[in-house]
Parts: sequence; C-alpha cells; structure tokens
Amino acid sequence: MDGIIAFFADPQNWQGTLGIPNRLVEHLQISLLAVALAVLIAVPIGLYIGHTNRGSSLAINLANIGRAVPSYAMMVIPLPLTLSLAPVLGYEPTFGLVFLPPFLAMTFLAIPPLLVATYAGLRSVDRELIEAGRGMGLKERQILSRIELPLASSIIVGGLRTATLQVIATATIAAILGGGGLGRFIFDGLNQGLAGRSSIYAGAILVTVLAVGVDLLLAMVQTRLTPRALRKRPTLGLRRSLGTGATTARGASMESGEAQT
Amino acid sequence: MPPGTRIFDFDWTFGHLDQVWTRIIQHFQLILIPLAAGILISLLLAIWAVRQRWVYPPITLLTGVLYTIPSLAAFAVLKPILGLNLLTAWIPLTTYTLLILFRNFSAGFTAVPAEILESAEGMGYTRRQRLLRVELPLAIPLMIAGIRLASVTTIGLATIAAVLGDVFGGLGQLITEGIQTFFPTKYLLGAFLSIALAFGADFLFVRLERLITPWARARAEAR
Repeated sequence: MDGIIAFFADPQNWQGTLGIPNRLVEHLQISLLAVALAVLIAVPIGLYIGHTNRGSSLAINLANIGRAVPSYAMMVIPLPLTLSLAPVLGYEPTFGLVFLPPFLAMTFLAIPPLLVATYAGLRSVDRELIEAGRGMGLKERQILSRIELPLASSIIVGGLRTATLQVIATATIAAILGGGGLGRFIFDGLNQGLAGRSSIYAGAILVTVLAVGVDLLLAMVQTRLTPRALRKRPTLGLRRSLGTGATTARGASMESGEAQT
Repeated sequence: MPPGTRIFDFDWTFGHLDQVWTRIIQHFQLILIPLAAGILISLLLAIWAVRQRWVYPPITLLTGVLYTIPSLAAFAVLKPILGLNLLTAWIPLTTYTLLILFRNFSAGFTAVPAEILESAEGMGYTRRQRLLRVELPLAIPLMIAGIRLASVTTIGLATIAAVLGDVFGGLGQLITEGIQTFFPTKYLLGAFLSIALAFGADFLFVRLERLITPWARARAEAR
C-alpha cells in the first residue's frame, strides 16, 4: 500500500516519456484512433443494413465471428506482415512492431459491437413511426437522419461502450510488444520481480480507473441520448440495466435471437 | 525476420507437437473451472434475482464493474498476492463470466410468460417442480447463448493470463514465447489455435442449443 502511494507521490513518475501523463496520452491516442476508424467502418454499414434490412444475417454472422477472436491472438497475427512491409512502405520497423499490430487488432475488435449495435438500434425503431414518416413525404435519407438515427442513438452508443472497453483493455496488453500506454507500468513491474510490485499495482489502478471512467462517461451520454419517453422505469429484467452496460446483454440476446431463427 | 526464412515453419510445428498439445491441455485447465464456477454462481444469483427483484440492479452493477476491469490489470494485481498459480488466473476468469451469464440467465427466466407459470401452478406444480420442469427448459435458449458468449470470452482472456508467466501456460504462452524469441511460427500457432478453440466452442454451443431445444426449431418451421 505504501509502495503504491510512494509511486504516485514520486515526481519522477509524473514527467517525461516514462511518466504517467505521457503513458496516459499514448494509451488514449491509440485507443481513440482505433475506435474512430472502427466507427467510420462499422456505423455506415450498420446504418445501411439496419435501414434496408438487406444482408443483415451475413453482417451479424460476420460480426459474431469477429467477436470470437481472442484479442491477444488478433494482435500478433498481423505482425509478420506489418514487419515485412516496413521497408516496402517506408515506415519505421518499430512502428510496424509496436503500433500497427495492436492498432489493427483494436480496430478489428471494435467493429463487431459497433456494427451489431447500429443494426439493432435501427431495427428497434417502431415500424409505424417509419411508415408515418413516409406518409409525411420524408425521403429515405430523411427517415434515417430524423427518425431512425435519433431513436437508435442510445443503443448505438451502447455498442460504442462495448467497443471502447475492449479497445482500452487491448491497448493495455499491447505493451507486451514494447509499445507505450499504461500497460507499460504493469509489464515493467512484472519484469522487475519484487521491486516492481508498486508499478504493477499503480498500472492496474490507472488502467481500471481509465476504463471505468470512460465507461461511466459514455453511460451518461447513453442516458442523455435515450428519448425521454423511453426513459420510463422499465419492468423487464433486460431493460432495467440500461445504465450499466446493457449492450452485452443486447448483443447476447441478439445473438440468441439469431440462433433461434 | 532475416530474408529467406519462412513465416510459418511446418517442420518445427510437427517436431514439437507434444509441446503444442501440452499448451492446449493447459488452456482447457485454465478455462473449464472458471466456466463451471461462473455458471453455478450466476445460476444461483439469477434464481435469487428472479425471486427478489430488488437484487437485480446491484448485482448487475457489481458484475458490470468487475467486467470493466481490464483483464491484464486483474491478473497482474492477483499475482503478487496469490502467487503464480492457477487460482490467480481462475478468479478473474470466473468474475469475467458473471456479467454475461447472470444477465442472460435472468433474462431467460423472466422471458417465461406469466400464463405459462400460471398454468403450471394450476396443474398443481410446486415451486421446485415449476422451476425444474417449466422455467429452466424455457430459459435454456438464452442461457446457452450466455454460456456460449462466456466460453468464447474466457478462451480469449485465458490467452492473456499466460502473459504472467510460464506456470499458467496455455496457448497464450506460445504467443508470448514466440514474440519474445522473434519466432513467428510459435506466436502464429498460438494465435490460430486459440482462435480455432474459440470458434469450436461457439459452434459446439450452437449445435447444443439446437439439440436440446427441438421445440424452437419446430416452432420456427411452423411459422
């Protein structure tokens, strides 16, 4: 316990490349980039299949396959390629070792929950509302942006929560390849034996606080985005967990829905 | 990688099949106990939550927070406390299953329509009979969906447990050793085998669900 306090009190740990602020920035940087790229890929596809209901079973099945891939495995598979492409594409070999593989893995892992949530969100919109929109003369694009997207947004953010959580956790393991991020404190500590204990604990605390904090933040966004009328106290077990990460359950129940049909 | 070396060395693989086999067995050692423990705990919690609704939100909150802790952090914190033994891997692997399993189990139970419960009561079933003969069978599809997701997740997380050291072994150990010795064959083998294991488990549970809930398919065909 004293060791942890000493670790956080040590000014050495708050400056430079090895300091907490820099490691945090590194962690957030790679996570943010991966989530952003995944959103750019997954959300348009999810919107398309959700709106048209075309190709939904293919997309959901692909997403389920993606979900089954272990993150540590996903991280090392691109490694031979990213290393050998370094001289060809002209980037630093270290970039191909410590950045590209985890970044690609994180993007790949973030796509399935985002895709499934976007699709599920759009499908959850009452069909009558969409028909009413058509009746009022809205174009398909307007139906998507004015009716479906606002009503689906809280579920989509739910998918974003799952994706972000996984990305932040994967960024922690990424340190094993020698990159930065908060996982560094844990791996460095593990390599130092007894002396590394406080570094392990500090790293674990930092990573947990980051993950829980970001999740809470997104949970607040999710609640805000839920239309007031839908915020009523739900009675069903599944619905009740809206504030505490309902996405996994939704994902799971979606999956089972797929398996049943 | 020096030029001329192959990315995947099949000769090495076939020469070290016993080592690979050991890692696969170790992987099963890592995942089976946590899955069994997770299923048992979640089942009890879900039955409790169905009987007394007020416990549902706190349990979801607690299991949700446990789920949010990045796995490496959980393993690393327990290592100095419990030492390098299987328990250090089993505890986090168990807690990570709870959120998924508890949610799906409770959802399975609450998904049983009230009329069915009433007819069971009308037929003179006791509470225990109703639970065993009506509620459990009808909850099975959602329960298996949960177990399926939990198994796949646990197989993936178990590879991370191996980051802590050789004692855990498992397929993650192949990956770690491969990275540390710059030997692609080893880490690719560990990666692909863990993926194969996850897919295998996923497939197995899809089959299992079809097998033990024949009525679901009959209903789908009747539609």
